[in-house]
This record gives sequence, structure tokens and C-alpha cells, in this order.
Amino acid sequence: MADDANQPAEKPSRPAVPPRPGPAAGAAPRKPKPKAPPEPPKGPPDPPPPEGMDPPGFVAALQAGVPGAVAQLTYWVGDWSVIVPAERLLEVARFLRDDSACGFDYCADVTATDWPPRAQRFDVIYCLYSTLNRHRLRIKVRAAEGDPVPSVAGLWPAANWLEREVYDQFGVNIVNHPDLRRILMPDEWQGHPQRKDYPLEGPGEYLMEDPQDWLQVWKLPDESGSEIE
Amino acid sequence: MMTDATEAPRRIGQAFDTDELVLNMGPQHPSTHGVLRVVLRLDGERVVDADCVIGYIHRGVEKLCENRDWTQIVLLTDRMDYVAAATSNLGYVEAVEKLMQVEVPRRARYIRTILAELQRIASHCLWLGTHAMDIGAMTVLLYSFREREHVLDLFEEYCGARLTYNSMRIGGLPLDIPTGWDKRVSAFCDVMETKLDEYEELLTNNRIWVGRTRDIGVISGEEATALGLCGPPLRGSGVSRDVRKDEPNAAYDEFEFDIPLGTRGDTYDRYLIRLEEFKQSIRIIRQAVEGLPEGPVMGKVPRLIKPPAGETYHAVESPKGEIGFFVVSDGRSTNPYRFRVRPPSFCNLQALSRLCKGHLVADVVALIGTIDIVLGEVDR
Amino acid sequence: MLDTFVIPLLQIAVLVNALLVTVTFLVLMERKVMGWAQARLGPMRVGPYGILQAIVDPIKLILKEDITPANADRFVFTLAPIMSLVPALVVFSVIPFGPEQPYYIADINVGLLFIISVTSIGVYGIILGGWSSNSKYPLLASLRASAQLISYEIAVVMTLVSVVLTAGTLNMIGIVEAQREAGLWFAFVQPVACVLVFIGGLAETNRLPFDLPEAETELTGGFHTEYSGMRFSLFFLAEYANIIVISAIVALMFFGGWMRPFPNVEALAFLDLIPGWVWFCGKIFFFLYLFVWIRATFPRYRYDQLMAIGWKVLIPIAIGNLVLTGIAKVVL
Repeated sequence: MADDANQPAEKPSRPAVPPRPGPAAGAAPRKPKPKAPPEPPKGPPDPPPPEGMDPPGFVAALQAGVPGAVAQLTYWVGDWSVIVPAERLLEVARFLRDDSACGFDYCADVTATDWPPRAQRFDVIYCLYSTLNRHRLRIKVRAAEGDPVPSVAGLWPAANWLEREVYDQFGVNIVNHPDLRRILMPDEWQGHPQRKDYPLEGPGEYLMEDPQDWLQVWKLPDESGSEIE
Repeated sequence: MMTDATEAPRRIGQAFDTDELVLNMGPQHPSTHGVLRVVLRLDGERVVDADCVIGYIHRGVEKLCENRDWTQIVLLTDRMDYVAAATSNLGYVEAVEKLMQVEVPRRARYIRTILAELQRIASHCLWLGTHAMDIGAMTVLLYSFREREHVLDLFEEYCGARLTYNSMRIGGLPLDIPTGWDKRVSAFCDVMETKLDEYEELLTNNRIWVGRTRDIGVISGEEATALGLCGPPLRGSGVSRDVRKDEPNAAYDEFEFDIPLGTRGDTYDRYLIRLEEFKQSIRIIRQAVEGLPEGPVMGKVPRLIKPPAGETYHAVESPKGEIGFFVVSDGRSTNPYRFRVRPPSFCNLQALSRLCKGHLVADVVALIGTIDIVLGEVDR
Repeated sequence: MLDTFVIPLLQIAVLVNALLVTVTFLVLMERKVMGWAQARLGPMRVGPYGILQAIVDPIKLILKEDITPANADRFVFTLAPIMSLVPALVVFSVIPFGPEQPYYIADINVGLLFIISVTSIGVYGIILGGWSSNSKYPLLASLRASAQLISYEIAVVMTLVSVVLTAGTLNMIGIVEAQREAGLWFAFVQPVACVLVFIGGLAETNRLPFDLPEAETELTGGFHTEYSGMRFSLFFLAEYANIIVISAIVALMFFGGWMRPFPNVEALAFLDLIPGWVWFCGKIFFFLYLFVWIRATFPRYRYDQLMAIGWKVLIPIAIGNLVLTGIAKVVL
């Protein structure tokens, strides 16, 4: 069973699998379930493109057009993505939208991932698509709690609600947004539900007048990651 | 002269006090297709501003999925766009297959295509009926539901469910098709083609229908792209963008079909496009049924789904537009570390306030219909 | 005494009861016809083929709780449905079901004028009902209703004037008799007027495609959003009674009222075996059916389109028709 889980990694056709963080999953012989206190993952592998694979033209154009902005270029199962420091996001985004080789005129999605052990715990991810050149690229920005992440809603109005959702669900500090309100949760909601340290269950709706209360209660015992009872 | 600063400025020299009327449309309103709330600011009956309030059926599907096994998530994707569950299934299983680099047998891909296209017909039937109902043409609703019923029967025969199908698995399909199912699908295609004429007879050349939809909610191609519209609303503005053609998934690269495009970007164009999509879906289904290859329907997948650490975004064309799944695996647990849906209804709904401005209250209803939202997917 | 009080009161009692029963069965007919048009059966549960639905529905409406919204103007809120229903019933006093006494209640020489003026009062019911609910959707609906009903009233009345010119009388019986003398139904003499009056009638009774004041999918029921129970059913009764009024007016003025088809052709005299009031009711039901048929077919106009049709199409045509009728009257 545990070997099965490892099997795809041995296929020759796949890109190189990066080293896994933490203890190897295949080590436990019979009972994979308990994994006593697992160390929470520290972030996605973000593997670089394999040797000998040239990045597509738009990546080269980006690296030439906004020199030094791409902190890291990654490739995984056919998706290209660039990691960009938050302060250069707008510069990169504007270039990607306006440059003819890139032409990313369509912001398909803005979302985030929460990696609590990391200092910069949030990955804010922008999925871009070009309806002119028909290619995709993801921009990834790392941000710690409270770090300002500039809004791209001025470049792609599509990002307006998507960034509101990122703010609502993760509490990423998005700045210069035209209309930053909660979108899915009620306006008076406390906390940001998609964070990994937000509990999956609460005591019930009858105690929901001030959710902050039960969040506090919940957090009193040593609350570790996403593990639920 | 001293004036009280707290006093509201008087409108001097105006014969009438013309305040704007704030009208709360929804969340209980027959035409908001669920629990959408639109706060309209009206000047007479003309819409000055519209603000959408959503989240009334937010169930935290994304959070829930992050605490479920990869295999258990398929049935949660059913509950997002509950009138197009099969395409949500398709998007999710393909995203995981992409992450795991699993080969899916050709027969499974063909059947998935048939299911997705049947689903498109069913979803468009529901859209057509409710859209026409909103504009006051009641009969079309019952006609289109009659055909939707046929599709649901086919789905029921295939997987036992009529609404939330749970019809796909990572790596293939749970079941092969029942005997004779493909024949009944082709028979349905023949019936559907004749019924499309019925809808068109009631609406396409109807003066009132054209008057109600022509030049309503006009949006240019550039603006539609920037606003993130997807699916028929984007194609209605003349932008050639269809995930089935641009980034072929399932077996779409093996079939011939056209992408209908609008020219004026108004409600009538979007209506025509969806009607044409009915025909294109029938065309795809016919090709798929005729060329249905033999073979297994389930690929080689490990018993315990545990994709290697990494992340990917995969999009498919749902009836509403581009539904994208961004999944992150940490490589250790059997749950996704992050599960994100790019809901087409959500992104399309964002354009509502832009489309409404300057139109009348009656048009708001037509516009909510034309962007074809399902609140289960908007709120998740 | 007998002639001035007892008989008219009996007539009124019979007519009002017949009317109310007709309305309940009209609702059933509408549901049935809509059902058949829409590839379904319509009501089937209560009684054979759902016939008893017509009796159960009023019982349900009477038994329902009658709610007055907290901030409504209570007096006007109660007055409005009554103001809506009463004129619709009063109109029937001058509608003749036949040429001689037992078939009409009053034969006044300005019958048409009476009908037009009394039906106009019904508009106030809708306007006040929407306003007094103190709610936004009904308010919008009552604004729509006032604009719509007034503008279509103009078109309809202008058209009726041309019919009056042709007939030379305002008396309802006289208009029908004029058709016998002409040997033709006025539908053939005044075809434009006939269509105009019917379209205007659709608009005045708030029926699809002109049902803006109660546009269910836009204004959640329009002016009667806040009404429930018996007060709602009074509005309901008024609407359907008005449909019958319009059908009756069209039947009287353009389709010869109680007369058989081709009243001057002797070869068809056997048709006279059927009494006149049956012909009249048959004609009314034909137009009722037409109302339902139209409802099952068309989408709804938008407010500005509705006003544009009223002012830019119907009224000019009505005036043109009136002028042509006048010229024809002088020349011939």
C-alpha cells in the first residue's frame, strides 16, 4: 500500500520529484493514519524546470523586460510559474499584461495558500491566461501576516472579487484595493476561515454571537495545524 | 450667517426632492436564481448602481475538501454547480490526474466527454427555461425542462443519480456504460434537435424577446476579458475562448466542433450562442458515440491516492465557463493541502453591476439570467 | 315596486354570483389551458380532472391569514382591493346579454361612457394598494400601473369613439343592433379598432405581455406583494372580472354580442335555435381563451417599451382610425 503511493514517483517520464519535507511517507510500515504529531509542511516544493528544458518565450521576455523581478522560476506538470517579491508584483503584472509576447489579458484566478510554519506564511497566487497567445502563467507572491500585497484589480478588474475573497478567507493584507470588504463570510465575521489554524468545527451555531470567543476557547489547548480529532 | 454643520444640505432651487431609491433585490426574490442579493440604487426605474451581496449559502467547500481524502472530494464538487455536476467532476479528477500524471484510458475519456456534453445540454436547458421565465415567457421553461428530464434519465441510467452524479473517479470512471446506453444517447440527440426548433420558434424571432434582449448589457470583448468573464458571456462579446478548444481536455481534441461567437456582446447574442452550443454539444456527442473505443474505463491508479508534493491549476469548460481547480499536495497526507475552485459563476457575477448600470429594473432580471449563475458555485 | 327593486335585485344577485363562479372556473380554465400549452396536465388532484380546484381555491383563500404590514396605511390598504373589485362588478349592470328585459339590468343611453368611466376607477385600487403597502416593490408597481393604465386608456377610448361613430349610438344594445342593420360584425367594418381594443384590453387588465404592475419575476408580485388572504383574492377577482369585462366589450362591440354569425343570412336561421345569451357567453369564452393563449406564448414587455408602444404606436393609430372613420362617415 505504501509502496503504491510512491510508485508514480518512479515513472521515468515525469519531471524530477523534489525531496519531500519531513519524514518520508513510505517509512511507516502498516499504519499510515496516526502519524503522531506531524510536522506541518513548510511550503510547496516549487521545483525549478528540469535540466535542458527551455522556458517559453514569455518567461524570457519577462526576465528581460523586468530584470531581477523573478526571484524563482518553477515548472511542475506542465505549469510554469514565477515567484515575485510583493513590492515588484505590480511592475511584473503590468509588463505581463501589456507586453505583446506575454499578452496576459485574462486573470483567471487569484487565490492563496497558507503555510503556517513559514515566516512568510501566505502564497498569493495569480493564475493568468492570454486569450491572444493562449498560454498560461502563475505568479506567486509570498507574504507574511500583515505584509502589504498590492492589488492588481487596477490591471485586471477581474481580480476585484477574487482579491476580496483572498482577503476574506485568508486575511492577506491587500492594499490599494478599490473595495476591500468580506465577500463570502458575513461582514462581522471574526477570523479568516481558510487559514490552516482556523478550526474546522466550532461549538455550534447557538454560540455564534461572537465567534471570536470560541476561537479563543478553541485555541487554548495547544492547537497544531490542520489535524482534527 | 451661522448654519448648523450637522444639518443636511438643503436642495435649494429644486422643485422636487429626487432621492435615489435603494431596492433590495433578494436574497428572497423569484429571479435571483437562489440566494443572490443585489442592492440596487434606482433613479426612477433606472439602475444607477448595483452591488451584489453573496455568501448566503457559503458552506466552506474548499475548507471541507482540505479535510477529505482525494477520492472523497469528487462528490463535494457535485454540490458546487449542482446543475452541472458532471463538468465539475471532470475538472477535479483531471486536475488530480494531471498532478499525479496518470494516464486515462481512451474509452473513459470518450465517455467523460459524452457526460460533460450531456451535462452542458441539461444545464443550458435549465438556463434557457429560467432566463425565458424571468423575461416572462413561461412556456419555454416547461419545454426545456422536458428535455432536461431526458438527460437526467440518461444520467440516472448511467450512475444512478439525477442531480449529484459523483460520476467520475481519479484515473477513469467507476462504471462502464450500461448496455444500449449509447443508442439511447443518440436517440436523445435526434429528439433534442427537433426540440431546439420549438424553442427557437417561441423566442428567436419573437419581437418582444428580441426587444427585451437586444442591446441589453452590451460589453465589448476587451472589457469582458478584463472583467474575467468566461464561457458564453465572453464568447458573446466575440472573444474566441473555449477551454475545450484552447487547452483540450478529455477527448475534445479528437472531435470536430465550432465555437460560436457573438458580434454585439448583448443579451441576445449570448442567447444565440447558448442555443448554438446545444447543437455543437449534440455534434460532439454523436461523434463520441460513433467512435466510442473499446477498452477499460479505469486507468492504473494506486489504491491510496497520494499525489507527489506540488501544485497545479487545471481548467475545463463547464456550461457556465472556465471552471478551474487549483490543487496543492504536500506529498504526505491523503488530503489535498489546498483545494481551490475557480468558479465561473462567481467570476461572471462580478460583471453584473457593470452590465446593469443604466438599464431598468426589468433588465436586471434579464441580465442575471444571461450570465447564468448557480449560487451553489458562487458561494461554495 | 316589483319592477324597480325586486327584479333588478334578483338580476344583480344572479349576475354577481354567476360572475364570481365564472371567475373561479376561469382560473381553473387558465391553469388547464396553460398546462396543455406547456406539455403538462394542469391541476389533476382535486376532483375528476381537477374540476373541484375551482371550489377549493377560494376556500383556501378565505381561510388564509389576512396580514396587514406593520407600517401600512391600514384604511387605504383595506380600501384598495374593494376599490379594485367593485367597479369591475358594477360595469356588468350595463352589459346586455340579450336585447330584451331579463337579459340586462340597466339600459342607459350612455352605456359605453358608463363602462369606460367606471372601469377607470379600478385603477385607483391598484395605485392605492401599491402605495399603502409601504413597501418598495409594490410602490414601483403602482407607479408602473398608473402610467400604463392611463396611457392605454387613452388609446382604447379613442378607438371606441370611432366605433361609436360607426354605430351612431353610445347605447350598448344600440351598438349591437347597428351591427344587425349593417349586416356585418364591426370586426369587419373596423378591423383596426378591434385589434387595438383587444391589445389595449390586455394592457388594462395587466395581462401578459403587459403584466408589468404585477411582474412576478421582477417585482415579486407587484402591487399585491404585501396582500394575503381575502384581500389578495379581491384583487385576484377584480383582475379576472376585468378580463371578462374586456372580453364582453370586444364581443359586444365587434362580434355582434348575442347575435348568431351572419345575422342577415336566412340560410343560417337554424343557428337561432341556440339562445342569444349562449352565443354571447360563447364569444366571451373565446376571448378569455385568447387571453390565456397569449399568456402562454409571449414574454413580457419592458416598461419603456410598453410606454413607447402605447404612445407612439397605439395612440397615433387610434387617432388615424378615428379621423378615417369620421371622413368615411361624412362621405358615405
